[in-house]
Amino acid sequence: MEPLLSLSHLVKHYATQKAVDDISFDIQKGSIFGLLGPNGAGKTTLLRMITGIFYPDAGEIKLDGKHFDPLLDIREIGYMPEERGLYKKMKIGEQALYLAQLRGLSKADAMEKIKYWFEKFEMQSWWNKKVEDLSKGMSQKLQFVITVLHEPKLIILDEPFSGLDPLNANLIKDEIYNLAKKGSTIIFSTHRMEQVEEICDHIVLVNLGKKILDGTVADIKQQFKESIFAIETSHPQLIKDNALFSILDKADKNPNKILVKLSHAVASNEVLKYLIEQQIPIVSYNEVLPSLNDIFIQLVEDTHAKARAFQNI
Amino acid sequence: MHKIWIIIQREYTSRVKNKRFLLVTFLVPLLMVGLIVGSAYFSFKGTEERKIAVVDPNGFFKDKLKNSNQLKFEFPKDVDTSNYQAKGYTDILLMPIFEGDKKADYILRSKKSMGFNLQETISNKINTAIEDRMLEKAGIQQYILDSIHQSAQIAELKAYEDEGKKSKESNAGLAMAIGYASGLLIYITMFIYGTMVLRGVMEEKTNRIAEVIVSSVKPFELMLGKIIGIGAVGLTQFLMWIIVVMTLTGVGLSLLPADIQNQLQQLQASGGQMGAAGMAQASESAKNIYAFQHVISTTNWPLIIGLFLFYFLGGFLFYASLFAAVGSVVNEDPQDAQSLMFPITMPIIFSYIITNVVIQNPNTPMAFWASVIPFSSPMVMMARISYGVPSTVPYWELAVSMLTLIGGFLLTTWLSAKIYRTGILMYGKKVTWKEMAKWAFAKS
Repeated sequence: MEPLLSLSHLVKHYATQKAVDDISFDIQKGSIFGLLGPNGAGKTTLLRMITGIFYPDAGEIKLDGKHFDPLLDIREIGYMPEERGLYKKMKIGEQALYLAQLRGLSKADAMEKIKYWFEKFEMQSWWNKKVEDLSKGMSQKLQFVITVLHEPKLIILDEPFSGLDPLNANLIKDEIYNLAKKGSTIIFSTHRMEQVEEICDHIVLVNLGKKILDGTVADIKQQFKESIFAIETSHPQLIKDNALFSILDKADKNPNKILVKLSHAVASNEVLKYLIEQQIPIVSYNEVLPSLNDIFIQLVEDTHAKARAFQNI
Repeated sequence: MHKIWIIIQREYTSRVKNKRFLLVTFLVPLLMVGLIVGSAYFSFKGTEERKIAVVDPNGFFKDKLKNSNQLKFEFPKDVDTSNYQAKGYTDILLMPIFEGDKKADYILRSKKSMGFNLQETISNKINTAIEDRMLEKAGIQQYILDSIHQSAQIAELKAYEDEGKKSKESNAGLAMAIGYASGLLIYITMFIYGTMVLRGVMEEKTNRIAEVIVSSVKPFELMLGKIIGIGAVGLTQFLMWIIVVMTLTGVGLSLLPADIQNQLQQLQASGGQMGAAGMAQASESAKNIYAFQHVISTTNWPLIIGLFLFYFLGGFLFYASLFAAVGSVVNEDPQDAQSLMFPITMPIIFSYIITNVVIQNPNTPMAFWASVIPFSSPMVMMARISYGVPSTVPYWELAVSMLTLIGGFLLTTWLSAKIYRTGILMYGKKVTWKEMAKWAFAKS
């Protein structure tokens, strides 16, 4: 299948910094794609190039197989930046209409779509209110509606859940799934790894302007697994270190659960066999895959000192 | 282009619909009229009467100093510098012993210091008294002198400008007033609408809506849309002011008593040259109104208003983009805005000072250069134009000035756009002038 968005060798240098330094990846149609990275990694610069706000210094962006032309393709993109806001004194209905028209919708078309979304999110009564009357969560919802209103092929959400309560976060999350199901492609940029794990199919991790990880969530977890297993038993004191595995210090909330790291080249079934032979009553036995959070920290931590040193110059 | 139009519409309607806009539109003309009437009233009413004791050792000046509204001269005995205040005088004038044509000091001591104009009046009165005395000595009698004084006041200077074959009545006083008023108006509006652009840009940046919009339109379109929208608000304001002032004048004239209106019509019909009888019949107020209308009609209003609108727009566009550039680099701190605005407000204030000089002498080399350099041309050229085109300002000068202004705002808009597009997306960083210059002159 042809990717919707394809970045090849993108470069963007600022006066003092290589913000994006030769990054390439593809995003499949209809996928929910996570763009991850620590603060200052170059995520926002990357997104600004994808949305046509910045021109790359080198490299190429292809949208739907064709060279990306910001002027023509802007209609196909919905971007909710991290630094987002609205005119405080402007009425909400007029504001939505204004921004939709700037996206290229006709007035009648924009009106119809706004009505649809306002109804869907139960926002009809907001029409004549001003943004300053809205809570943070409410204006976040409005932001989301404005972003997806013109039915773009590519939706880019930068930290979409910040400031939302779980109820509203779920509302938006469901809508993201819905849009993806209908064929929209979603780029999702965040620091919140548990959200990425829950929502994204595919992720790319960038740090210091370079791509350091690219793959599906499941593949990456497999790639970074460390042969750690959790054994739950009614008699945890019976389990001791041996040639097959060593017990990890990491405590679990459940005192009957013990984490063990298998020795090199030991198959997990051998451990199970050993436990049965020792007549240890097993409640559960399963492999523990690393969380994206762990992987993120592991990959970024090493470079952290470097980033600091860079800033000190 | 379609998107710029949408932005212009929003910038325009959101401001024109604002209550403050309506308030300013109607209050400013009223305020101006109030200011003129008020200052005229106070300059008439606010003068105090001075009672001056004259100490005149040989009685030479007695009855020779004429009293006026403000100055009363008395020649009491037993008054000196130690007791004049106690005796109810505000000033004491010590005359020297008069010795013919020798130069001498006349000393004035006052309870409260006297204004320059009054001092001038007193010294004129003394000189006239001396002059009269000399003429009398030369054999001219007092009654002849009096009649000469009276009939010598009739001269009235009427100046004409020769433009080719026809000559036109010129009125330096009115030209100065118009020049001054339009220069001042451009100065004030440049500040009002310039800072409006600045605040609009800052609002977009601090409210974090800039990036949302910039992902659908080019930063340049956003900036230009805002500037044009606000400029249109300014134009609307001027048009409303013109309409309000014209309506007020019309209403004012129609409220005049019927006989004065009749006289006014007669004066207009005869071109001010009524027979002596008719002239005498016409009341003082009708003559004044006629004179005012006549003076107003000597000015080429369509030219002045047309050029005023051009220079307002040109000057606004020239400075507005600079204000927009500054607004885009300001962070949350309004104090930043103050210090960054300074280099832009300086040339505006400086131009205003030049305008005040040029208005006295509209034909100096400084006047020429200041009216072709776009930093000052909107104000300075307006001050000169009121003296007459092409008599004071030749057509070629006007053309050069207009072209440099157009070129100037294209240049500032182009440079500002480059600062703006970087600045508006940059958060939490204090931008220096050096960085701004780097952005402005960067390639692409």
